[in-house]
Amino acid sequence: MQNKNRNILLFSLLTLSLVLLLLLNVSLGSVSIPIKDVFNNLIGGNSSKETWDYIIINYRLPKAMTAILVGMGLAISGLLMQTLFRNPLAGPDVLGLSSGASLGVATVILGAGFLPPVLASVLLSSYGIILASSLGSFLVLLAVLSVSQSLRNTMAILIIGLMFGSLTNAIVGTLTYFSSAEQLQKFTFWSLGNLGNLSWSSIVILSVFVAIGLALSLLNIKPLNALLLGENYARSLGMNYKKSRMLIILATSILTGSITAFAGPIAFIGLAVPHIAKLVFQTSNHTVLFWSTLLLGATIMLICDSISQLSGTDITLPINAVTSMFGAPIVIWLLLRKRKMMN
Amino acid sequence: MENKIILQASKISIGYILKKERNIIASNIDLSLEKGKLIALIGANGIGKSTLLRTLTGIQKPLSGNVCLNEQDIHKLDSLLLAQNLSVVLTEKLPPSNLTVWELIALGRQPYTNWIGTLTNNDMAKINEAIELTQIEHLISKRHYEISDGQLQIVLIARALAQDTPLIILDEPTTHLDLLHKVVLFKLLKKLTQETGKCILFSTHDIDMAIQLSDEMIIMTPENTLQDQPCNLILKGSFDTLFQDEHIVFDSEKGKFLIS
Repeated sequence: MQNKNRNILLFSLLTLSLVLLLLLNVSLGSVSIPIKDVFNNLIGGNSSKETWDYIIINYRLPKAMTAILVGMGLAISGLLMQTLFRNPLAGPDVLGLSSGASLGVATVILGAGFLPPVLASVLLSSYGIILASSLGSFLVLLAVLSVSQSLRNTMAILIIGLMFGSLTNAIVGTLTYFSSAEQLQKFTFWSLGNLGNLSWSSIVILSVFVAIGLALSLLNIKPLNALLLGENYARSLGMNYKKSRMLIILATSILTGSITAFAGPIAFIGLAVPHIAKLVFQTSNHTVLFWSTLLLGATIMLICDSISQLSGTDITLPINAVTSMFGAPIVIWLLLRKRKMMN
Repeated sequence: MENKIILQASKISIGYILKKERNIIASNIDLSLEKGKLIALIGANGIGKSTLLRTLTGIQKPLSGNVCLNEQDIHKLDSLLLAQNLSVVLTEKLPPSNLTVWELIALGRQPYTNWIGTLTNNDMAKINEAIELTQIEHLISKRHYEISDGQLQIVLIARALAQDTPLIILDEPTTHLDLLHKVVLFKLLKKLTQETGKCILFSTHDIDMAIQLSDEMIIMTPENTLQDQPCNLILKGSFDTLFQDEHIVFDSEKGKFLIS
């Protein structure tokens, strides 16, 4: 049972680094706050300056919480997709959900010019954008689900997801062609991803959705393990394939849809984190992978967010650029190192 | 007296429904699979062996007639109950994963475990028993992609054993194996039926070996599908009709095919 001890050690290290990174993440930014003060504030006390308290409660902590929720949710939905589609390159964006969200937001931002001014201003508020994005990914989800009902082949669903993705991207492309520079800028900012704009009430809503998605995933750990043997063996083990597939797709959609709605389409976390978890923990057992992917997702998202803040300056890099710069080399390196596991 | 029949097919027709047209591959098949029997299914390529196995395992419905497991229609059985009575070893490749041989065998316990798949002491005992019976103790900590085809075939049989079902159905378990490993596998199947009282049905193209080792055989020919003991089938001359080719002749004294 050497493995068990190794896993316990790894889990403790991960939890510890998550806590440390949370402190570090809150302390870094345009104004540096000493870690000691951050710690005092987070355990319910006060830091030595009132402005620091204000910054932590209203800016830094909400952003860190969003990063943790986004990292956990996207990483888990990536894990679910990779096992369900038996494809190491599957991620939450493959079902076309992110593209659906983009379409919703593009329609609102870029199409606002065609609407009466009163309606346009309502739609362009931050709630309007969240609503549009959720609606977009939900509609793509409904389309994918209704098609998947009549298809036995899981690969076909993957391809249909990709097709929905290109279709929505094409519509977004057409919309951008006809829009003004100002509208284009607004849409581009949304598509770069943003963790920092959420109020505490939005975070509560987001965490409810993420919690539902994670709970659904947890219920599917056993079927996911059975799926490691392929569809037919999984059925022969008494698994209700259609029902489980539906639940897994639903869980991914809830996670990706809600996260994209609140934080924009965030790349690579869903694809890269499950691979890192599989590499670090050397297992395919989803009981272990679920928790390790959850912790690693939160940790890596916090690291990316800390990098994007560029400590000591007023500049904040777009989070999507950081996750891509972080994620792409990791995936390439993994493919080269673990050729055997991948194919 | 205890009922020895585990699975019974009565007057079934097998095949597919394509564009509302019934495409019958074979019909009027009567089979019964009994406890403790090693049963070989043979027939030429394309005769419908896989379709028959798919029908017997409940993956597809017979076009007519019914398949009963413990006297209950297999398509009305709960999927968990079916998994506790029937395990399979398939020809398909396993998808890529990090599973170790031990974990792969342990997955055979899924029909018995709780919602998150916790293994109890009883589950552990069944897993160890399966590993002991198949003598693969030296493989259990290896990854499933690190072992040879022959070893993997035996590991998959161990997984089916861990599933602890009275009936195991294997689809062409001896393809891709050399003579030595074929013999090892056949002997293992024979030993399992004798020691555990399970019924094992397998399809194969190694007819000579099947004649020597199996208790009963099912022969599929274009005309009919017969189930009997190998010596009776030889007496009836059933093997002569197996391949419709004048160059392949069955020598009933040697119990093997000759090429003229």
